[in-house]
Amino acid sequence: MSVSDTDPVVRIEGLTKTFARGNVTALQDIDLELMPGEFVSLIGPSGCGKSTLLRVIGDLVEPTAGSVTVNGKPAKRARADRDYGIVFQDSVLFDWRTVAKNIGLPLEMLGWDRDKRKQRIDEMLDLVELRGFEEHHPWQLSGGMQQRVSIARALAFEPALLLMDEPFGALDEMTRERLNLELLSIWQQLGSTVVFVTHSISEAVFLSTRVVVMSPRPGRIAGIVPIDLPYPRGVETREETRFFELVTQVRELLRSRGEHLLPEEELGLLEAPE
Amino acid sequence: MSGLIVTPSVGRRAARRAGDWVPAAVVFVLAIVVWEGAISAFHIQQFLLPRPSDIVSTFWTNRHTLWPAGWTTFKEALGGFAFGSLGGVLVATVVGRFRVVGNALMPIAIAANAVPIIAFAPIANAWFNPLSSTSKMAIAGVLCFLPVMVNTMRGLQSADPRQIELMRSYAASELEIWRRVRVPTALPYLFTALKVASVLAMIGAIVAEYFGGAFNALGVLIRSDAQILDFQTAWAGILVASLLGLALYGAVVLAERLVVRWTPATREA
Amino acid sequence: MADAAVASPVPRRAVRTAAIARAAGRAGAVVAVMLALVGLWELYRWIWSSAGWTWPFVVDSTSMPHVWTILKAFGQPAQVNQPALINILLHKSLFTAKEAVVGFGLGAVIGFAIGVVLVHSRLLQRGFLPYIVGSQTIPILAIAPMVVVWVNPKLPGPFQGWGAVAVIAAYLTFFPVAINTLRGLQSADPRALELMRSYAASRWTVLWKLRVPSSLPYVFSAFRLAATASIVGAIIGELPSGLQSGLGGAILNFNQYYSLEPQELWATNIVAAALGILFFSVVVLLEKAVVRRAPENVA
Repeated sequence: MSVSDTDPVVRIEGLTKTFARGNVTALQDIDLELMPGEFVSLIGPSGCGKSTLLRVIGDLVEPTAGSVTVNGKPAKRARADRDYGIVFQDSVLFDWRTVAKNIGLPLEMLGWDRDKRKQRIDEMLDLVELRGFEEHHPWQLSGGMQQRVSIARALAFEPALLLMDEPFGALDEMTRERLNLELLSIWQQLGSTVVFVTHSISEAVFLSTRVVVMSPRPGRIAGIVPIDLPYPRGVETREETRFFELVTQVRELLRSRGEHLLPEEELGLLEAPE
Repeated sequence: MSGLIVTPSVGRRAARRAGDWVPAAVVFVLAIVVWEGAISAFHIQQFLLPRPSDIVSTFWTNRHTLWPAGWTTFKEALGGFAFGSLGGVLVATVVGRFRVVGNALMPIAIAANAVPIIAFAPIANAWFNPLSSTSKMAIAGVLCFLPVMVNTMRGLQSADPRQIELMRSYAASELEIWRRVRVPTALPYLFTALKVASVLAMIGAIVAEYFGGAFNALGVLIRSDAQILDFQTAWAGILVASLLGLALYGAVVLAERLVVRWTPATREA
Repeated sequence: MADAAVASPVPRRAVRTAAIARAAGRAGAVVAVMLALVGLWELYRWIWSSAGWTWPFVVDSTSMPHVWTILKAFGQPAQVNQPALINILLHKSLFTAKEAVVGFGLGAVIGFAIGVVLVHSRLLQRGFLPYIVGSQTIPILAIAPMVVVWVNPKLPGPFQGWGAVAVIAAYLTFFPVAINTLRGLQSADPRALELMRSYAASRWTVLWKLRVPSSLPYVFSAFRLAATASIVGAIIGELPSGLQSGLGGAILNFNQYYSLEPQELWATNIVAAALGILFFSVVVLLEKAVVRRAPENVA
């Protein structure tokens, strides 16, 4: 990567997004910079546009106004260069492909040859601890395993940027906490930049270097909380006083905007454009 | 680990699969016994419903006429099946690329599907040489075309939008999205339609023959046997038609098993 | 339903006006499609006959009569001293429709019953399902003469003659209904089944309160297929039974005069097509009235 340490990986300036259908302002005047190696969580109630923001970074949704640059180039160019990997809430695995072939999908798109693919897939299987399952089909795996395949797929081509849209939202708490730990160790091994959308305050605090709190209608940045918990973080991190202080701080910020966290329901209009 | 997978040994799986067919075999034997018995018990006239044993023996004595006739009809059905299905897939592929055209065409296709197309068999016979196999192939082909086209189009359009979004995150071209997402999604739909079409093709060929065809065709043979009240031979002809229809259907099911290995149907097996 | 009411604070009258506009648009589309088909027909005729092409078949006024020749045939008697063809054809389609409706009813009841019985036993499914599928590979036209000879003498007076044809229509109808009823009854939400079990509900209660309601979208989707199938069955059934009162008889009859008067067979087939589409539409309307929730990909 030719990006120097001082240049931001993602730079968002004056971003506004309105959806013509329903005349909804999903995002308004967003300014944000993400530095290399950061782990940034976007948190906020339903309809605050956090998923839309993630999709604008990935050039899956076009902004109405403002600019987004990724690795110093326009988002569209960055997508064409395959600069980022993405993980959705549902694993979005292809039923007709085995685990190995699902992980290899982006590599096929990049035109890697068979041997090189095989080698990388094996590395990824080790990374997400799914050795022995390469010939299984997605429906033979549990939800947590499916999501690990999805993460392996996103990381397979070593993108400098990883976009994650509530990747553990559909999992039970125990699986979620274990995958949190796995994700942190993977992130530390690879040193990539992560944008992580979540509903869970404790998850955001536990994982991130910074937590971006958003408020809804229209979607704005309500405040940014730097998380100064030391890495590596582990099970005991969740029991530290500082952890609770930071959780409270994020919660207060969310509450001060006069909005309560809604249940898991999403505004389909905002979260699923097209 | 939450995802414990039980993979039964190959031998056990084969045994279980064979076990699945035991009830069907029992029903088959029982049906034959009841059929034979009922004819003796209730003195059902032979010309209406012959014994299964008589049908089989009639088939055997007439095998030199029945089998070639069946083959003639089968070739017509196969030709119609191939052309009709291929046409259906092609039209769906081309039209499915343009959503607007597809949406406009769908109601027309559905309406056309509600038309008793078999009624057009005599016209097909008038268009082509009635003694040739072309007219039968044409009817079988049109019968196959519609369900295959409608289902393929539906399948191509029912791709998961999130999978398409993922492909777009890889900057995939439309062609790549089509190849890697749309086609695999459409395959189960296609095979559902092909199974329907395989049955329709055989029926279409036989009905078309009813309105006139070369004498060595199954439809003509069954009709003339029924007209002279030789029901035993007519039933033997029906047996041949069913066996050939089942063979075509079975071939499609087999192809589905080989190609579509990931759907619930194959999951159960 | 409730969502729609919340989402659109538009007055009811506006909604109705919009519905009327939509219906008008749809009717306009139908007319446009008809005109386009007529145009294509005449264009094809003109190109092929003026270029002298003979593939795939020779185009002349016998193989492809002019649209207006066919339309004119509707208004004229097919034979001297007879009412206009359209009158005769309408009578005949009424007769065929009667066979089809009775066959449809019979097939639907039998198919539904088979589905209900099979859903309760995997053993029975294993035993009978292969033959239910296999039954459709038996060429219906081929067994029609036997059915006619066999069924007719047993029928009471008012069903004489056409009753056997209805049985043939039922033979084509029962299959999709049986298969989809079974699938629909099996589609009941397993959690709802557990809930019913927690009430200690009897099989009968589970069937009527849970399984049947959840099967309706599937059943109606089968009815749509069955509507067409029953018309096909009625027309095919008339062919070997020698009945002259229905469309099948008319097709057989006009087929013999095709080289002289092709427009009459065409006219008959157009009526048959219209009957098929009409019956299908009736079932779709019925479905809209009964099943509020749109089924997804139930085919």
